[in-house]
Amino acid sequence: MITDVRLLCEPFDPAAELAAFSAGQTTAGGIVSFLGQVRSGGGVQALELRHYEPLTLPGMQKLAEKATRRWPLDALLIIHRSGLMHPGDPIVLVAAASRHRRDSFAAAEFAMDHLKSESWFWKRERAGGEWRWIEPREVDFEALQRWG
Amino acid sequence: MLKLVFLGRLEDAAGAAEREIEAAETYDDVLAGLEPELAATLRDVRIRLALDGVLVGDPASLSLRDGQELAFLPPVSGG
Repeated sequence: MITDVRLLCEPFDPAAELAAFSAGQTTAGGIVSFLGQVRSGGGVQALELRHYEPLTLPGMQKLAEKATRRWPLDALLIIHRSGLMHPGDPIVLVAAASRHRRDSFAAAEFAMDHLKSESWFWKRERAGGEWRWIEPREVDFEALQRWG
Repeated sequence: MLKLVFLGRLEDAAGAAEREIEAAETYDDVLAGLEPELAATLRDVRIRLALDGVLVGDPASLSLRDGQELAFLPPVSGG
């Protein structure tokens, strides 16, 4: 069981990360990945994520442990950016490898739902030259409830 | 001295991401030393606290010492 959890303050290459992650997974029958990126539109010029060093990465590591206890995974990858980003930039990459595909789908979605609404990140957007903090969305909390 | 850390939108409310204040013993002492408007913002029940990187259950139970770091964590909005 391999878990690779990283908090990055620099851009990353999701294709290269996914290739490296998949390379060793010979016993897995399925690998599911999710890539979250900064969307364009709404006049958004930039997005900034802030984190709190003592809590953010340890929280991501605990989340990975929870996912690996819940589903029989061969490997789990969680990469999350912090810092300044622009439309099209990758924000988060989650990948899960397992013997059967359903465990990978579920674990990847579980990780994403918890990253969105429970991980220690704060987001602000710049539009029209002004920065604005983004408040949590109700729909992200609702997404958590089905995991019990 | 006590180091206060303001995350997310609280940085704007406080005017800076960090601030050093004179040592205080209780959470109420900390708030009492701040601008009333900022203190009112920080009393929002949705704001969590972390002392030296550990989440605090009940702010009223805090017993603060010189050199510690108290972080104010508003609701998260990541991913």
